[in-house]
Amino acid sequence: MIEVHGFSFTYAGTATPALRDVDLKVPKGQLCAIVGPNGAGKSTLCYALAGFVPHFFRGELKGQVRVGDRNVPDTPLPELSGEIGLVFQNPFNQITGARFTVLEEVAFGLENLGVPRAEILDRANEALRLTGLGSLGDRSPYALSGGQQQRLAIASMLAMRPRLLVLDEPTSQLDPAGTEALFTHLSDLVSSGSMTVVLTEHKLEWVATFAHRAVVLAAGQIVADGEPREVLASPAMEALGIRPTYYTQAARAAVASGLAPDGRGRPLPVTLEQAAEFLRWR
Amino acid sequence: MEIKVEAVTFHYPSGVLALNEVNVTVGAGETVAVVGENGAGKTTLARHLNGLLRPQSGEVWIGDWNTRQKSVASLSRRVAYVFQNPDDQLFARTVWDEVAFGPRNLGGTPQQVETDVRAALERCGLQDAVGRHPYDLPAAERKFVAIAAALAMRTPVVILDEPTTGLDAGGVERLGALVEGLKQEGRTALTITHDLDFCAAHFERVVVMSEGRILGDGPARQVLREAALLQQAHVRPPQLIALAMALGFPTSPMTVPEFLADYRRYTSQRSSPQ
Repeated sequence: MIEVHGFSFTYAGTATPALRDVDLKVPKGQLCAIVGPNGAGKSTLCYALAGFVPHFFRGELKGQVRVGDRNVPDTPLPELSGEIGLVFQNPFNQITGARFTVLEEVAFGLENLGVPRAEILDRANEALRLTGLGSLGDRSPYALSGGQQQRLAIASMLAMRPRLLVLDEPTSQLDPAGTEALFTHLSDLVSSGSMTVVLTEHKLEWVATFAHRAVVLAAGQIVADGEPREVLASPAMEALGIRPTYYTQAARAAVASGLAPDGRGRPLPVTLEQAAEFLRWR
Repeated sequence: MEIKVEAVTFHYPSGVLALNEVNVTVGAGETVAVVGENGAGKTTLARHLNGLLRPQSGEVWIGDWNTRQKSVASLSRRVAYVFQNPDDQLFARTVWDEVAFGPRNLGGTPQQVETDVRAALERCGLQDAVGRHPYDLPAAERKFVAIAAALAMRTPVVILDEPTTGLDAGGVERLGALVEGLKQEGRTALTITHDLDFCAAHFERVVVMSEGRILGDGPARQVLREAALLQQAHVRPPQLIALAMALGFPTSPMTVPEFLADYRRYTSQRSSPQ
């Protein structure tokens, strides 16, 4: 689905590349999480996959980004928008302001694609329901709380049903129940084969629970890539500025003080379930 | 400085009932985290404390000031507010001017302004960014500019609305150190957050909100263990407490060393892990 090869990008007016020589292949139907410290290049990678780099954010580019059978840097944004959806980190950057209600906002993209009215309503209402906004369709987007606006930004992209959905820190303002619901839904979408998902996330517990794969970016380069538990429990993460979950920290402390045996080849736990299993005495 | 919110009700013009008879008192020097689902009324409550919103019924007191009788400008001498989205509050052309705006308007001498600004920038790790345009900084650093601007006001009350959003581990640690600094100075700090691990690490009291009402209010160690109450507000216990509960410990560990002590105590009589 995605093939990034030897990709580097330097924003216009800056000297340091935001991404350097990135190689990334994501097969269709994968839920791939990108983690890394602030400034690692995560958002730039999201923009590059969705074509905002280089079509909207200009700069110097090397290498290739292919999504499906399109070469992204050579394809105009409007052509990409039906196939690739991007949820911005800050919902204010995404909500159009051109519509009066939450429902109209979600319908806006579909209207522009000329989707029939009945289908627009079905898809928009479904997206609102899935993001917990079902009862707020008549409200102004600006009468929503910060977290509700983030849900709206996500709903707008879900309604588009892109083949590739890219989400840049989609849960930063969501309450924990909303975070779990979103991950569960994304996980269902990829398992049904209807979507490929790439997202950036600081909350490692959710990555380890739901993602098929964790890719670690640091200073513009991919420094680790693999099965989430293995990648995220690795002691190398701290040196990169990525804090392990408290589950990993607790297990590591228990092992270090001789209270629990080491993992006997198993990686340390990252999630609650893994930690309870790792530390439970029988 | 004490904060008193007495029977406050607030509807937005859209008709949304955001606060429904809310009562809460925060003592001088207390650190309080307000948690709850998206749309619970947390930000609406916080905006009543600096006068951005006025109660439609009920009263809000900041020390001996009733917010109905004070302008937002006067209230800013007592309450500093850091917005959820730093882009809602940053407007100056340099980081220095941004952070100096408040102290200048409070009428401090140039020397006093300089001292306060420098101290706030250093606490936020921004001493090397003074000449930069705030919008040339990454979003996480802009957040710290907004926090520095609040700290430079040297107000007795500081409100942080979702301060950990978008911060990586290093940023959350820097923020935690700032909160600890506020505690040491005896300032009253109130944060709105979904990050219950951050709450557990730095806040002594937790207020749980849902649908414009307060569902729970008490010492962090106690409230953060009440899974059913937290679930009603769409949040959940912090990781270490969740793990202690999963392992059947009756405790609320707030730090890794506390967890380890519990683990040692409750497992010492057994033979070996599975």
